[in-house]
Amino acid sequence: MVRSGTLILSVAARLLMPLQLLFSIFLLLRGHDEPGGGFIAGLVAAGAFALYMFAYGTQATRDMLRVSPRDLIGLGLFLGVISAFPAWWHDQPFLTAQWWTVPLINFKFSTPLIFDIGVYLVVLGSVLTAVIALMDTGHANE
Amino acid sequence: MQLAVLGGFVLATFAPLLHRWFGDRAGQVMALLPGGLALWLLFQMPAILGGEVMVFEQAWVPGLDITLTFLLDGLSLLFALLISVIGVFVLVYASGYLEGHPDMARFHVVLVAFMMSMLGLVLADNMVAFFVFWELTSVTSYLLIGFNHTDPDARKSALQGLFVTAGGGLALMAALVMLGIMGDTWSFQELLGQGDALRGHDLYFPMLLCLLGGAFTKSAQFPFHFWLPNAMAAPTPVSAYLHSATMVKAGIYVLARLHPSLGGTESWVTLLSLFGAVTMFIGAFLALRHTGIKSLLAYSTVMALGTLTMLLGIGTDEALTAFVAFLLAHSLYKGALFMVAGILDHETGTKDISAMGGLGRLMPVTAVCAGVAALSLGGVLPLFGFVAKELMFESVLHAERLSLFVQLLSLAAAIMTLAAAAIVALRPFFGKQRDLPKTPHEGPPSMLVGPVVLAGLSLLFGLAPGLVNGLVGAAVTSVRGEALPVSLSLWHGVNLALVLSLVSLAVGLLIFRHWERWRGWLGKLDPLFARGPEAGYFWSMDMIVKVSSWQTRMLQNGYMRNYLVMTLLVLVGLTGYTLWSRHVLSLSFALDVRFHEAVVAGLMMSGAVVACVMRPRLAAVAAVGTMGFGIALTFVMFSAPDLGITQLLVETLTVILMILVLFRLPRFANLSTHLERVRDLVIATATGVLVTLLVLEVVDHRFFPSISDYMIANSQPEGHGHNIVNVILVDFRALDTLGEMFVLALAAIGVFAMLRFHADEYEARQPEREEPSDG
Repeated sequence: MVRSGTLILSVAARLLMPLQLLFSIFLLLRGHDEPGGGFIAGLVAAGAFALYMFAYGTQATRDMLRVSPRDLIGLGLFLGVISAFPAWWHDQPFLTAQWWTVPLINFKFSTPLIFDIGVYLVVLGSVLTAVIALMDTGHANE
Repeated sequence: MQLAVLGGFVLATFAPLLHRWFGDRAGQVMALLPGGLALWLLFQMPAILGGEVMVFEQAWVPGLDITLTFLLDGLSLLFALLISVIGVFVLVYASGYLEGHPDMARFHVVLVAFMMSMLGLVLADNMVAFFVFWELTSVTSYLLIGFNHTDPDARKSALQGLFVTAGGGLALMAALVMLGIMGDTWSFQELLGQGDALRGHDLYFPMLLCLLGGAFTKSAQFPFHFWLPNAMAAPTPVSAYLHSATMVKAGIYVLARLHPSLGGTESWVTLLSLFGAVTMFIGAFLALRHTGIKSLLAYSTVMALGTLTMLLGIGTDEALTAFVAFLLAHSLYKGALFMVAGILDHETGTKDISAMGGLGRLMPVTAVCAGVAALSLGGVLPLFGFVAKELMFESVLHAERLSLFVQLLSLAAAIMTLAAAAIVALRPFFGKQRDLPKTPHEGPPSMLVGPVVLAGLSLLFGLAPGLVNGLVGAAVTSVRGEALPVSLSLWHGVNLALVLSLVSLAVGLLIFRHWERWRGWLGKLDPLFARGPEAGYFWSMDMIVKVSSWQTRMLQNGYMRNYLVMTLLVLVGLTGYTLWSRHVLSLSFALDVRFHEAVVAGLMMSGAVVACVMRPRLAAVAAVGTMGFGIALTFVMFSAPDLGITQLLVETLTVILMILVLFRLPRFANLSTHLERVRDLVIATATGVLVTLLVLEVVDHRFFPSISDYMIANSQPEGHGHNIVNVILVDFRALDTLGEMFVLALAAIGVFAMLRFHADEYEARQPEREEPSDG
């Protein structure tokens, strides 16, 4: 029903989606110092997929995603939970942030980053699950 | 220590993988974990027996004084040893019992998780951590009991067990919270020193009632005993584990753990002795009614749990020694007996004892194990059960309160237990052979090793009780609060306790001879049992369903407008009342408003008005969107860019979702009457006014110092980030965020399930609808 099939939307979706996804990862990574973060980035990514879905339908989107959005939720929750544990090795309370600097590229890797990636995946997965379910139901009713 | 237990949970999740690698041997591989733990505990034993208390500290939520500190003293050592040793045998045994079962991996996941919850329960020093593990055992045992989930009976029994134990869990939680308030600590250890203050506290009695509510449901005391025999729907390895050393002993454990701080008062002694003795009697009595070997054993477990509670109630030095000895003896023989029952069931294809006979020649090892373990159950010389029973009689004879009552019930229970033991030991193995569904033969070695070792230990400890002096003594010390040297012996000389033992032996054997007739008499009492506590359980379940369907019809009728009305009315009522009664409204409208702020506010207001009056839905959605974007703009103006971005994105997605939904709605129609619309208008206006007042009020007052300063000051040095919002989200308040992640995930799954369910239903109905048109 929502599959418009207009040329403009299809082309725009195809071009915009990679950019939006890149932008979402950019937002995710810079989130700790500048406006951004896992939640916002997850919403942007979900928006990207939603746009694609409007242009090409749910089946095409699912094929492109390859994994079920529900698996994304699971993975996100898993990342969120395991980021709680490294603090244990240092005898600190759960969820105490741990920071490691990766040499050479001087990249600061940390448990909050893992946690943020978890947030990102949960938000992306949840929104996609809901949107895909809604659109599929629409088709079933047609 | 903590790592071992949490590592066990991780191992549980890897069980399916282990199954892929090792096939049916996975159980044996996984048994290495409890085996290693048991070895480690054995190495710690000398220190603990020397009176040391080992504490493994680990912070969890320091802000709330919640720790994951583990405590290893005599009592937890005894329990942990039983859990891990019997755990090893159960895992090995299960690999034989469930050989080739398609869901073996699932079984191992839950069983190992259960094992670890149980270990955590007996090791935890912090009451909150203890409670978490307590609930985990309820949940995992639910999954274990309902393992054969295609069987409706198994599902029903599992649910019953869960309802009873989780309901009791609520009572226990209340008790623990009260204890926390009374002692101003969450640590069991710190409660130890405050015994007198706790016993004299105003909250003592209500706390005790709640505590007993939790412990009695978990440990199947009368009148909550019915769930335990029903839990026999579980596969036999599970029964062997749950009933010997674990699940049902958890309630006993918490009573024993708190005994030094709470025990000894009049109400404690009376309640525990009374309920314990009644449970003991009823368990032993009902055991004889049953011919199913597992039910019979289950009721004898009820008997044992009652005895343990009663001994804790009596609380003298003798009684506490008897308590620990009985606990140990029961774990050993009951584990062995259930495994024997499983072998019989596995090899003969029936659970009915009266159908078995003459199996002794075909299954000699099983028969010997059954004999030894049953003799221990019956408390016959020279098994460890005898030692425990002598001590029990001894302490019952010296009981200070309700003494005649507990003495009579103890004697009666001992007699009937002996009869039950004789039935289990002799019936299946002697007499003439009968027709059975399967051709019986000896069980495989993996299933025999457990009963052989456990029955062997019963015999060994019976012949040389000095071996466990140290272990029992250390446990008694923890239950008593002060050190008490224990020296167990098999032969106490000729005394009243021995006479009682002999009497129970003689009468018990007499009952065994006439078991069939006895059962016939008991059968006449069936109508009485139909009105037992279990009927109360079904009645309350019925009532719960009735009340909840009534309130669902009233409150959750599926109309969005009713939900809204309800929510808003509650909000207006409660908040409005508080605002009106507690605060003097001092509204100052002297707000410093800039021009562009006024414009945004005006835009939002007009958006709201338009959304209300617009008839086409798309336009209404757009108007609501205007409001949302206005809020986003406000966030940006007040320098909260993160919120602004979030709000923008959420608005965008909301519009997308709304459009998806709107496409599927029927045409707009006006179904509500004029009066209803006026009512809605009043409610909406009231809500709007209230929220406005609230905001104005909040702006003027500051009830507590703002925490933003702390966040701003510590964001960079502690959280290594300049974006304070994000540092709060993923670092300072990460636990809250984690909770919200789970909520979000649940919501998504809910949406998915709801829509999918309808879609599938639709598809399922489709052919039916088409049929008439075809015809």
